[in-house]
Amino acid sequence: MAIDMSQFYQVFFEEAAEHLASMEALLLAIDPAAPDTEEVNALFRAAHSIKGSSGTFGFQDMMEVTHILETMLDRVRKGEAPLTDDMVDASLVAGDVLKNLLAAHRGEDEADRAAAEAICHRLEALCRALEAPSAPPPAPAPAARVVSAPVCSTGFDLYFTLSGDSTAAVDGFGHLVDELGSFGLVETLAAPTPANRECHLRIITEVDADTLCGVIDFVADAASVRIEAFGSSADEGEAYGFFDDVLAPVEEAYGLFEPLPEAAGSSGGEAYGFFSDLPVVAEPYGFFTELPSLPGAPAAAVPEETAYGFFEPVAVPAAEPEPASPVEVSPAPVAVAAVAKKPAARPAASDSGSIRVSVEKVDQMINLVGELVITQAMLTQAASNVDPVIFERLINGLAQLERNTRDLQESVMSIRMMPISVVFSRFPRVVRDLSQKLGKQVELKTIGETTEMDKSLVERITDPLTHLVRNSLDHGLETPERRRAAGKPETGTITLSAYHQSGNIVIEVGDDGAGLNRARILAKAKERGMPVTDAMTDQEVWQLIMEPGFSTAEQVTEVSGRGVGMDVVKKNISAMGGRIELDSVTGVGTRITVRLPLTLAILDGMSVGVGKETYIIPLGYVMESMQPERGMMKSVSGVERLIQVRGEYLPVVCLHDVFHIQGAITDWSKGIMVVLEADGQSAALFIDQLIGQHQVVIKSLEANYRRVPGVGGATIMGDGRVALILDVPMLVGMARRVMPAAA
Amino acid sequence: MLQATQTAAALESEVSGFAQELLTFTLGAEEYAIDILKVQEIRGYDAVTTIANAPSFIKGVINLRGTIVPIVDLRIKFAVGVAEYTPFTVVIILNIGGRVVGMVVDAVSDVISLQPEQIRPAPDFASSVDTAYIRGLGALGERMLIVVDIERLMLSSEMALVDEVAN
Repeated sequence: MAIDMSQFYQVFFEEAAEHLASMEALLLAIDPAAPDTEEVNALFRAAHSIKGSSGTFGFQDMMEVTHILETMLDRVRKGEAPLTDDMVDASLVAGDVLKNLLAAHRGEDEADRAAAEAICHRLEALCRALEAPSAPPPAPAPAARVVSAPVCSTGFDLYFTLSGDSTAAVDGFGHLVDELGSFGLVETLAAPTPANRECHLRIITEVDADTLCGVIDFVADAASVRIEAFGSSADEGEAYGFFDDVLAPVEEAYGLFEPLPEAAGSSGGEAYGFFSDLPVVAEPYGFFTELPSLPGAPAAAVPEETAYGFFEPVAVPAAEPEPASPVEVSPAPVAVAAVAKKPAARPAASDSGSIRVSVEKVDQMINLVGELVITQAMLTQAASNVDPVIFERLINGLAQLERNTRDLQESVMSIRMMPISVVFSRFPRVVRDLSQKLGKQVELKTIGETTEMDKSLVERITDPLTHLVRNSLDHGLETPERRRAAGKPETGTITLSAYHQSGNIVIEVGDDGAGLNRARILAKAKERGMPVTDAMTDQEVWQLIMEPGFSTAEQVTEVSGRGVGMDVVKKNISAMGGRIELDSVTGVGTRITVRLPLTLAILDGMSVGVGKETYIIPLGYVMESMQPERGMMKSVSGVERLIQVRGEYLPVVCLHDVFHIQGAITDWSKGIMVVLEADGQSAALFIDQLIGQHQVVIKSLEANYRRVPGVGGATIMGDGRVALILDVPMLVGMARRVMPAAA
Repeated sequence: MLQATQTAAALESEVSGFAQELLTFTLGAEEYAIDILKVQEIRGYDAVTTIANAPSFIKGVINLRGTIVPIVDLRIKFAVGVAEYTPFTVVIILNIGGRVVGMVVDAVSDVISLQPEQIRPAPDFASSVDTAYIRGLGALGERMLIVVDIERLMLSSEMALVDEVAN
């Protein structure tokens, strides 16, 4: 039966993209000097999954790259080779190549075969380099395959012979170890080879022997499986290093015990230093807090070679046991303590229950809930006419309905909200690549990554933010030499932060670089013939850099400096209904603040009436509103078209003229003037009356109709009618171009 | 004439000998028919929100379960009948290529099935409607049905329902 694989492609694309993203995040987080085994495993798993599925779907090119990547990572994972910076770099590049290939398969991009081949060669070379010195494993390699795991209670020794044909079986062994790894701590004592298929694993776990047996049965000859509870047969002193940075290779550690025959069998020879709150399994397993009071064994009888202090209360450094020195309760080695804390500090991987839902479905839900809210408002209005005494229950029920609908609406809206970490997570890579290219040392700090914003905003803010970060890196931060000369630390800092403030989301990009140079900006502006004076405030000067084509960079670099950018950033952000502000102190740094509405779907609006029509003005543009007096109106060439507000003359736009509305108020003193500000320009809009202030759900007018000049969108009012949302920037602009004659 | 023949031919190949279901409606004394597959629903005429500076036959927009739908009055566009709005005024909601548009008509009559040979090419004649939007004239006994290519009509620049760029 032929299955059409193409129907599953989309799933593969999404999965592969996810794996690639997690791979990149892991690679950036990993510290090659002291890689976390869990992270290396996760990396390997990601590569392995991509390889598996791309093979299944016949994407040969992706499979080839991942195969070599996987081979390399596997060696690191097994502790056969140390992780190097070079490997991390190569893996990152491989990730990029895979992304490109993935995009090519999706038909979005051209596949870069040359890059794919280049990375294959690079990875192969790295793998070959690993082969060469493989005989004596490098000293700092992890002593054994030790996987940190939660608190465990029982240990088992597993002996078994792999079934099936040799190579496949050996492959299966890796899976088995992974599988067992999910139960607890697994240590491979004898790995199988194609020739010898006997294995010996040691596991410390909470599950029972039967469960383990069930797992092993898949790959092993049932007859050969032997599971022994640990400790009962452990007749030699053995040290278990449960942390990845145990410095002494295991063989050595074993050696330390051998000269202690009497300690091993009888008393306290076996030191199983697990976690400090682990219940003591058997009496001889001491070594938790107070070494000298070991039960059953006089302190003197236990030389501290057997003391493996992996925890803070236990004192002896594991790496350099000195047989002669007495037991000391001194601070634990710093490195050990730090590593022990590291996993706890990191939040658990967020693969908790989530489902993938198409945005369309969510939007449909939002629409339906919006409908529900309107229906509910209609019911409430209808019920306001009935006698509250007779229909008490009906009115109570409606009040409850109102609460429930509001809660429902809020929770549905929150589905669209995404944490900004989705955007922030791409910047470590951007900063890393760019700082290498520019030869600058940069530290990226992110604050408030959990701040949530609408998904559509998340997508649209990514590019402008990337631009701002690149700008900060290229223009803001100085080279290490200059920083040193300025008395600053060589490593510059870029801070990305996000937080909510009065219904807005605020994103800040800050750097501690040189700051903006006021004199240079002014000089450049004069050179370009802009109307500038030396008396301008700093704020006004900083705004100049957002003019099209303005760049103060001394040289055009690959990164930036061409002067297209800040104006585009500003335009994009205004298009999202946001604002951008700049603060800078020369020599201290620059901070760019972007303020965005929480969502594009909802808007705070002021409803105004003109004739019989109702319009919504986005509240963000409204400065003030007033009832004009006759004397405030000033005429130019016989037509009253200016209004004097606190000494300023503002152009007047009559909405009824612009929209040709019949029956509107034409007498200035009977209507209302709303002062609007958009794009730094002000104008007064003449309307009949103010109706109220609402939160309105923005609906597209263009979905079924076309763009209407002066109208930004539409919304549905409480009574179910449609109201149009005014396009304020356009109306304000209109005031400058076509001055409508006052009636 | 040539164009009319072409549309008729296109229609013929489109339905390939099978009967086609059409929704008929009246505008004044004339009877029109449109492909029923383009019809989403039929509803009464609600208050509309007028759109500034729109042609007179675009009455405005309504809220159709959360979507903003423009309403066209075909009586004004075709200059037939009297454009008055009573509780019995009917709006046919069309779904044309994903766009939802409502059109006001005098009355919806019925759903009929026409064989391709029953649809005759319309001769070229001067009318308020460009004959390019008329697929043919359906003969049903004594009745003459004007079969309108509603998709083409609604998406035309003449109706001003879509942006010029989109056209």
